[in-house]
Amino acid sequence: MMLNRMRLGGLVRKEFLQIVRDPSSIAIAFLMPLFLLILFGYGVSLDAERVPLALVAEAPSADSADFFSSLGGSTSFAPRHFPGLGEAEQALQRGEVNAIVHLRADFSAALQRPEGAAIQVIVNGVDANTARLTLGYLEGAWGNWLARRASAHGQTLTAPVKLEQRVWFNSEVKSRNYLVPGLVAIIMTLIGALLTALVMAREWERGTLEALLVTPVTMSEILLGKIIAYFLLGTGGMLLSVGLAVFLFAVPLRGSFWLLCLCASLFLLAALGMGLTISTLARNQFVAGQIAILATFLPAFLLSGFIFDINSMPGVVQGVTHLIVARYFVAIVQTLFLAGDLWAVILPNALALLLMAGVFLGITWRGSRKRLD
Amino acid sequence: MLIRLLALIRKEFLTLLQDPKSRMVLIVPPLIQLLVFGYAATFDLKHIPYALYNEDGGAAARQLIASFDGSPSFQRVATLQAEQEIAPLIDRRAALAVIHLGPNFSRDLLSGQGATLQVIVDGRNSNTALTALNDIRANVDRFNRNWQQARQLPVAPARLESRAWFNPNLESRWFFIPGIIGMLTLVTTMLVTALTVAREREQGTFDQLLVTPLRPGEILLGKALPGFLIGMLQGTLILLLATQWFRVPLQGSVPTLYLGLALFLLSGVGMGLLISSLALTQQQGLLGAFLFMVPAVILSGFATPIANMPAWVQGITLADPLRYFLIVLRKVFLEGAGFGLLWPQLWPMALIGALSLTLASVMFRRRMY
Repeated sequence: MMLNRMRLGGLVRKEFLQIVRDPSSIAIAFLMPLFLLILFGYGVSLDAERVPLALVAEAPSADSADFFSSLGGSTSFAPRHFPGLGEAEQALQRGEVNAIVHLRADFSAALQRPEGAAIQVIVNGVDANTARLTLGYLEGAWGNWLARRASAHGQTLTAPVKLEQRVWFNSEVKSRNYLVPGLVAIIMTLIGALLTALVMAREWERGTLEALLVTPVTMSEILLGKIIAYFLLGTGGMLLSVGLAVFLFAVPLRGSFWLLCLCASLFLLAALGMGLTISTLARNQFVAGQIAILATFLPAFLLSGFIFDINSMPGVVQGVTHLIVARYFVAIVQTLFLAGDLWAVILPNALALLLMAGVFLGITWRGSRKRLD
Repeated sequence: MLIRLLALIRKEFLTLLQDPKSRMVLIVPPLIQLLVFGYAATFDLKHIPYALYNEDGGAAARQLIASFDGSPSFQRVATLQAEQEIAPLIDRRAALAVIHLGPNFSRDLLSGQGATLQVIVDGRNSNTALTALNDIRANVDRFNRNWQQARQLPVAPARLESRAWFNPNLESRWFFIPGIIGMLTLVTTMLVTALTVAREREQGTFDQLLVTPLRPGEILLGKALPGFLIGMLQGTLILLLATQWFRVPLQGSVPTLYLGLALFLLSGVGMGLLISSLALTQQQGLLGAFLFMVPAVILSGFATPIANMPAWVQGITLADPLRYFLIVLRKVFLEGAGFGLLWPQLWPMALIGALSLTLASVMFRRRMY
């Protein structure tokens, strides 16, 4: 591999001139992370608040009012009263409420009987996750109501075993704290691929690569020139994203900033390498664009552990996730942001990123060289 | 005129399908992606990997532990002897939760004053943490009820009896697979439409097309129909896979589903062609495709509910055709909803389609100069 500093400098300058002339690259590197991270950082959340709830008491009484008031007190629910079960069921079908809490006519009387009263809950199960959260909230409210009722009657309610829970790394259990670092990884995957997916294909298509090849520059220099230029551009976008995550979304960064920078550089190399590989193998902007749309976004979104836990997937699919570059960076950022410098997580994932970067850049290099003959 | 149009449509199909790489890209990946994503997209925890740290040797403690070991939702991955072993285990994600019984657990439980079970959960993925905590709490509640019944202790005066409609076992796969159908269809329409006009502009063939007797409306139709037809074909294949392979129950009617699919394709093709008509280069077209597709998917309510978003983001989602199509898919699949209940979702897609197609045909002309 022959490298000449002056020629390389000239090539990097040429790439930068091209970037500046077609402002879409600058838009990709700086505006896209800004726009997408702000939009998604606010928009993406799994914490259900003010779940719309239908309350039905067939025979309103002091007891039913007391129970309902325990549901209205928190920010978890936005309750509405319905006169009968029929109306409430219609509201559930129209999607106006997520769940129905139904107290039968004998609720007050049953409370005094030894077997106790039943509180009927119907939840819309289509969105299974929200349904589960809603049921969890209702159980919490029900437990509090029981305890309050017991103490009002001068008793103490002791459960045989009570749970004392501690959630490490994210004590408020805010989904934003794990989603925003993951978003940084997803957005940078897109940007890395977008920046480079068409670059080589464009030069092949327009014949400018052949023109470059008759000059003394070597293929390695051409590739290195592109990687340096887009790496610098991508680093800017990455710093912007991390800054937004920390300062705008107040996600704690418990690990070291420099370790994050190091891992981010490795990831960026792998992401750019993937774009260059697509570009080199397709040799045609149209197909390269199609592959970039198909192979980058949805796999990174669904298979990286950004939102769906990889450990919950079946074994074969877990195997497939190892091919996704974003997977390794998502694991690194979730740990670096929330837990700290845990080498047991960082080291294997960083090595995997290094390997992927090497493989992609290697494929690009070989694929570009072949056509010289 | 019809002959002219047919010739144009034929040409569009040829340019899309004649390149074997392009042909591959359109047919095979969506089916593979549905298979892989269909298994990947789940919030259900099948086996919660947990570690046990038991400082109590009593029989009551063993009874509680047996309730965890006997449940299919839990899988014990480690048994700890000292407190220092907890942190490394959680840190490297070997266990999701640690269940800790203190030295006085059995004594407290038998004395009737209540024993404490300490649970430590890895919160890096807060949703997984919450689901695991819910399952652990449900197991402890069950243990408490059995304990009280066996000893004839007084039970709580009221109990919750919950039922889930439309998805009785709360399988999140039933929620996600219809959503994946919508996402993959959107991606295909982008693949087919977003770069077509830009490519012709770059190669100069679009100018040639404009000087033929074809009117902009006809060019638009010629560009839109292949995307629409390929989307229909692919949508059908994906629907078959979803119902026959993943066995997602289809409660509603197939014609309603296809009406939704047709209107969604109209809006998707419209947005793709609008992006394409605005782009001067394929690089810009690709950027536009991503700038539309990525927010359209992430803010569609596919994984994170729209109800959780702040009001201004909810406002933005009103322009997202995928938002409406996901509701149609889920309501038809799981709730068996008919046309009347779905009308509020159908007309916005038609409107987005009509607006974007009109704008695209105007831009065909404008962008010439």
